Amino acid sequence: MDIVIIGLLLGGTYALMAIGLQLQYGVARIMNLANGELLIAGAFGAFWLYAGTKVSPLLALLFVVPLAFALNWAIYRVLILPLVRRAKSQGKLEVDSILATFGLSFIFIGIMVAFFGAQYTDYAYLSEPIFIFGERYGLNRVVAFLASALLCAALYVWLHKTRTGLALRAVSVNPSAAGLVSINVARASALAFALGGAVTAAGGVLLSMYLTFDASYGVVFTLKALIIVILGGVGDIRGTIIAAFILGLAETAVATVIDPGLTLAAAYVLFMVVLLVRPEGLFGRRTA
Amino acid sequence: MSASEKLPTAAAGLGITAGERRTLLASVIIFIAAGFVPLIFGGYVLQVMISIVMYAAFATSWLLFSGPTNYIALSTAAFFGIGMYVTAGGIDLVPYPVLIIASGIAGAAMAAIVGLATLRVSGVYFVIFSLGLAELIRQFMTWGQHVFGTMSGLYVTIDRSEPMYYWQLLLLTAVIYLVGWWIGRSRLGFALRIIGNDEVVAVHCGINTARAKLVLFIISSTFASIIGAVVAPRWGYVEPGVAFNPYLSFQVVIMALLGGTHRLWGPILGVIPFVLLWELISIEFPSQTTLLLGVCFLLIVYVIPNGFTGLVEDAWHRRAAYGGAAPGAAARRLDPLRGPLRNLVQRVKNRNA
Repeated sequence: MDIVIIGLLLGGTYALMAIGLQLQYGVARIMNLANGELLIAGAFGAFWLYAGTKVSPLLALLFVVPLAFALNWAIYRVLILPLVRRAKSQGKLEVDSILATFGLSFIFIGIMVAFFGAQYTDYAYLSEPIFIFGERYGLNRVVAFLASALLCAALYVWLHKTRTGLALRAVSVNPSAAGLVSINVARASALAFALGGAVTAAGGVLLSMYLTFDASYGVVFTLKALIIVILGGVGDIRGTIIAAFILGLAETAVATVIDPGLTLAAAYVLFMVVLLVRPEGLFGRRTA
Repeated sequence: MSASEKLPTAAAGLGITAGERRTLLASVIIFIAAGFVPLIFGGYVLQVMISIVMYAAFATSWLLFSGPTNYIALSTAAFFGIGMYVTAGGIDLVPYPVLIIASGIAGAAMAAIVGLATLRVSGVYFVIFSLGLAELIRQFMTWGQHVFGTMSGLYVTIDRSEPMYYWQLLLLTAVIYLVGWWIGRSRLGFALRIIGNDEVVAVHCGINTARAKLVLFIISSTFASIIGAVVAPRWGYVEPGVAFNPYLSFQVVIMALLGGTHRLWGPILGVIPFVLLWELISIEFPSQTTLLLGVCFLLIVYVIPNGFTGLVEDAWHRRAAYGGAAPGAAARRLDPLRGPLRNLVQRVKNRNA
């Protein structure tokens, strides 16, 4: 029971960061290997505000999210767009963007080490117990989960009920066809990339409420987010959310039963199973 | 590349053309000349030379797989670490040469598992998998040492002088280079170039793409593990954080890209300036290395996407075009595959349309 609840709480927050990557990869078609670093940057932002001025991490969202949005918009315009223009094919763009964002991730790490140092960082926010079914859990986990669920729901509604959301989903299905029905694909991609970055940073803020992190830990989150996106199926938000819960549960189970140091192994086992059994993911469309 | 247009004049048994023989001869001379370095230099210069040769071995073996296929492998550190650990674990049990072979086998086995799982599907999944592989194995190692042993690291103590390491690594580089050259002119290398150009076409040509990729990935990873075994005694002390350092994978990719990934000798051109630059950076800005590494990487991706060899070839083509030959003639001469391949692509596209 313990495992299930902690796993679900963790999965809820993972869902947010994975949706961020989903927007970047599913819609903007950019495999962003700097995604995890952005998440850590969000975490550091929350830490900085909390340690310096005692601003609650939930309020920090109001500051971190617009900043991350602007930053990612700029990254897309300055760094990614030239690659999109230069690329002769989708495959070439994929290779280029992987290399570029990989380089970018090291720049992020370097900047964060320069500002915050390389040591493990955490802070105590709402670290008081709350009782669910008679067991005690950290209140910060529950609050992070609720905030994440709220944001996920808002995103889901936005994507499915607004014109802009519809445009993004159209680009995700087929960029060239979306262009034919007068959707500005370049704008939609930039928007999706920026929004994805903002959502990921929000995930970082929420995760920082109860996880210990350091500047170089981003790659683990990049991997987890990628595995969730692939497991759920590229381009499918429902799949992403379900996959995030699966990963949260699997990780918590491994951490409790075997060893907390093996959480990445749990993610990899899931990844292997998906690749061998259903490479297109739970809800993905099979492409030839 | 040139085998199809030039008549084989010498060494007909192997089908080696005169041009190829010249290249081979030049390479042998360069390698022999490089072998004299430890007799002239010592101390710091030799240390830098050892890292140059080590990274040349890494980058060339990386290129064997990632060059022709365009599949970016970020797993060098994982295989290097495996080699180190096999050596460190068995050093008190079996003779050292056996361990070098064992490291290669362990790396090959790991590569086979990874390749079988990921190389049948799209390239992105392979990149992602290889990105986390070092971290994954590191977690397992830390856990294993935690459960079975008490020490967090292992000692490798055998006596070797610095020149010895240099010669070992140089020999290994020569072997990798030779293997790469041989693959380049074999059916396998031909198949890989087609895969790199267009995987759909490769499938339609009847190439078993998954098998070709798997074989090359295994070869490439085996060499990375062997380098680990060769270098392990020089480091003396092996622990998970050092053996599976993700920066290694990154540096290898950056050096190969700097040199250019379309020619076998490309990485060597990238390794020499980068190792020197890196020595400078780690002395002058020891706390900003990560940031500067990222900046170098972006500069290469944006400014010289085809590396030094790409620059050289562009200049060559321009000169050839300027000197009276029809524009594009040089490019066509370099790649005899181009015409038939393009026809095939067109035919496949027509069929799909």
